[in-house]
Amino acid sequence: MSILGTRVLRVEDPKFLTVGGTYTADLDIPGALHVTYVRSASPHARLAGVDVSAAAQAPGVVAVVTGADVDLAPQVGIMGMAPAPMARPYLATGVVRFAGEPIAAIVAETRAQGEDAAELVVIDYEPLDAVIDPLAAMDGGPVVYPDHGSNRAISIAAVGGSTDPDEHLFDGCEVVVRQEIVNRRVAPCPLETRAAAARWEADGRLTYWVSTQTPHGAKSKLAQVFGLEADQVHVIVPDVGGGFGAKIGGYPEELLVVWLAKRLGRPVRWSESRSESMLGLGHGRAQYQVAELGGTRDGRIQAYRLTVVQDAGAYPDMGAFLPFLTRSMLPGVYDIERQECIWTSVVTNTTPVVAYRGAGRPEAAAAIERILDVFADEIGADPAEVRRMNMIGADRFPFTTPVGSTYDVGDYAGALDRALEAADYKALRAAQQARRASGDRLAMGIGVATYVEVTGAAGNTEYGSVEVRSDGTAVVKCGTSPHGQGHATAWAMIVSDRTGIPLDRITVVHNDTDVVPRGQGTMGSSSLQHGGVAVLEAADTVVSQARELAANLLEANVDDIVVDTATGRLHVAGTPTASKTWAELASAAAGRGGLSAESDMSSQGNTYPFGAHVVVVDVDTETGKVAVRRVVACDDAGRILNPLLLEGQIHGGLAQGIAQALLEEVRYDDDGNPLTANLADYAFVSAPELPSFELVQMETPTPLNALGAKGIGESGSIGSTPAVQNAVVDALSHLNVRHIDMPTTPERVWAAIREAQK
Amino acid sequence: MKVTITVNGREQTHDVEPRQLLVHFIRENAGLTGTNIGCDTTSCGACTVLLEGESVKSCTVLAVQADGGNVTTIEGLAAPDGTLHPVQKAFHEHHGLQCGYCTPGMVMAAVSLIEENASLDERGVREGLEGNLCRCTGYHNIVKAVLAAAGGSS
Repeated sequence: MSILGTRVLRVEDPKFLTVGGTYTADLDIPGALHVTYVRSASPHARLAGVDVSAAAQAPGVVAVVTGADVDLAPQVGIMGMAPAPMARPYLATGVVRFAGEPIAAIVAETRAQGEDAAELVVIDYEPLDAVIDPLAAMDGGPVVYPDHGSNRAISIAAVGGSTDPDEHLFDGCEVVVRQEIVNRRVAPCPLETRAAAARWEADGRLTYWVSTQTPHGAKSKLAQVFGLEADQVHVIVPDVGGGFGAKIGGYPEELLVVWLAKRLGRPVRWSESRSESMLGLGHGRAQYQVAELGGTRDGRIQAYRLTVVQDAGAYPDMGAFLPFLTRSMLPGVYDIERQECIWTSVVTNTTPVVAYRGAGRPEAAAAIERILDVFADEIGADPAEVRRMNMIGADRFPFTTPVGSTYDVGDYAGALDRALEAADYKALRAAQQARRASGDRLAMGIGVATYVEVTGAAGNTEYGSVEVRSDGTAVVKCGTSPHGQGHATAWAMIVSDRTGIPLDRITVVHNDTDVVPRGQGTMGSSSLQHGGVAVLEAADTVVSQARELAANLLEANVDDIVVDTATGRLHVAGTPTASKTWAELASAAAGRGGLSAESDMSSQGNTYPFGAHVVVVDVDTETGKVAVRRVVACDDAGRILNPLLLEGQIHGGLAQGIAQALLEEVRYDDDGNPLTANLADYAFVSAPELPSFELVQMETPTPLNALGAKGIGESGSIGSTPAVQNAVVDALSHLNVRHIDMPTTPERVWAAIREAQK
Repeated sequence: MKVTITVNGREQTHDVEPRQLLVHFIRENAGLTGTNIGCDTTSCGACTVLLEGESVKSCTVLAVQADGGNVTTIEGLAAPDGTLHPVQKAFHEHHGLQCGYCTPGMVMAAVSLIEENASLDERGVREGLEGNLCRCTGYHNIVKAVLAAAGGSS
């Protein structure tokens, strides 16, 4: 029996459970100095003076540098697509553009000394008008970059997309509904904050430790920024305490550590505090949407328009590009004849927005799923029914949508039916009627959301290799970069499945660029379908090598050699006694090139996981407080490699998606002062705020890779958000509430109830 | 000033600043980096350890306050022969960890929670772990693991 598809416990766990992981801040780097960044207290100001003289004299301080000292070219965001005037300096020079932007770097013998000295830096701010609201940034508000002339962060023409609405889009529609939707700015909050360390070796090589999702991305970036040959850069990524997309890119604070180490001739390290991280690590989402949906009175949807203003924050990063991904998933699981997405990204005086679990796709799902409920409500139809009657049929794949995405395979109605059945939707509706009739102050709401999303966006290739050593153990290398996903377990399972070598004799290596030659890293729910497939291909090649060698040694035809995965031996079919172990074969192969292979797998295209979520909430109509009672989630990510890992990924995504709908929101006051700059103020979801989740299994393998696998890392966070939001609105529909923006805090819910009563 | 703290059975005497936090004593003076720091507002619980057998957030205790005390960290939880504590075992069996960063604190908090409550149901576990944040697991499997460990040890 194959080990694939079985519930294998993680090989990673013992270390974390007995001595804890080794994160970047845990490393012993002899002689390393500590960096403390002095950050802007102002969202937008001219720097009239930065007096570091007292700090420079403080005990333990080795150096203090400001923007004027740094001779590195400012970085142009969005892979170079942002306007040149919006390039980001490593330390602010002349102007600060968001609260939390680094202004000075203090390098000290100890972290405490650096923090003490930071208190002595005197900054003279000449306040400039700040623009915080992206709608104001679009039109009439202060301009963040006068040299650019507007707050537009990206040229739509450059990336494809229209800017003018089609006046005839809704022609012929009997019903057209419109809803403004705010998909709030949230904080990714990996539990480990950012950390980096650098040491220039005597031979001129650079050793760089960093908490990232992309070791090889860091390597290329360092080579480019510091003018090094690739082989002069050695990136080591220790254990990483979560990323969620926010640790994909290289941040100025991380790269400056390398520059400081060079300048000072000593190793330099940096670990940020949570309060710094809440301002300095990129934020997610931050879309202002207007959704318009038109169709027939009996529920057939004909036209959809989504207008998006994306808040990119002060320096355009991945966030400015998110609407492009939102557009690619515009219609979700529905067959809609006419559709358009009109989008703009603008800069504001806030923390830059980056990728966060789902990155553009949750925003697409939130929009279509919310407006669909508004439409269903308008025509007096059941929201689940309206969904079912408009879905792309299971017999129509591959299916190319009007916005150009080709969905690989799906059974959207199947997922919806499974979720509804598991939740017992009919009984829930009956219970809701009974609750309403009883006049209970706790209103019951049922939210339904379906989704499809795109995964495999990490590039079209990934590196994997397998080597069997003469002691019969195997070493697997892969360019992916795990931070909680369980790759060591998953990749070992793949190799064990093909070779029969037991898991405890397989070592998986990643996260060291001197050992793993190439890699894309881990993002976009792509690791299994890229890295896993690369490892599979390498394993298959090694098996072929072993079969040929065994045939040779056993004097048999290669076609007759089989791998007995139960015993880990290769033998002649029907004659198990004529066999060779992996150790024997690897020893024999030692003089003939060994048993080893690598693969740079080539992706055959993006995959499109899908699913349906049903959420039940209680809403206290007197206080506005929402309690999530049930979360039923059917997520289909193709063939399942390890249900344990799959479920873990779904659980985490569900929690983050629910948190966004219910609690979490990065807030600024009208002047641009951050109001959620630590974990006491930011509503990071905790255990009592969530129920246990009810998962419904579904497996529709993709034809696009040998594992049949699609991504699962982000699914949970895509379907759950609109399901919760729809449930909250549904609970109050009998009170005439039609929409409540996220997060559905008691204050917003209470206000919506009062407003609807007017 | 000099403080003496017994960490995982080993007595440690170090000269510390009065402002030094217990978590820094554990990480820097005792050299045990299993205990992590996840925030600066005593919100996340990543630094939870046992002080005299009860869970505390070690970022909220000064090293001098723990002078003469007994501290247990994740490194000291398993039996000397390596046998895992029931909570460690349950976290492994129920996939109660992913990136591992909250894990040492979560495990120590759970050990204390089980110790202090003869019977625990799901609500009790969720309320009891409110001060420990996890971003990866959605708490689902953590709750399952703690309930399993509580059931198994009662």
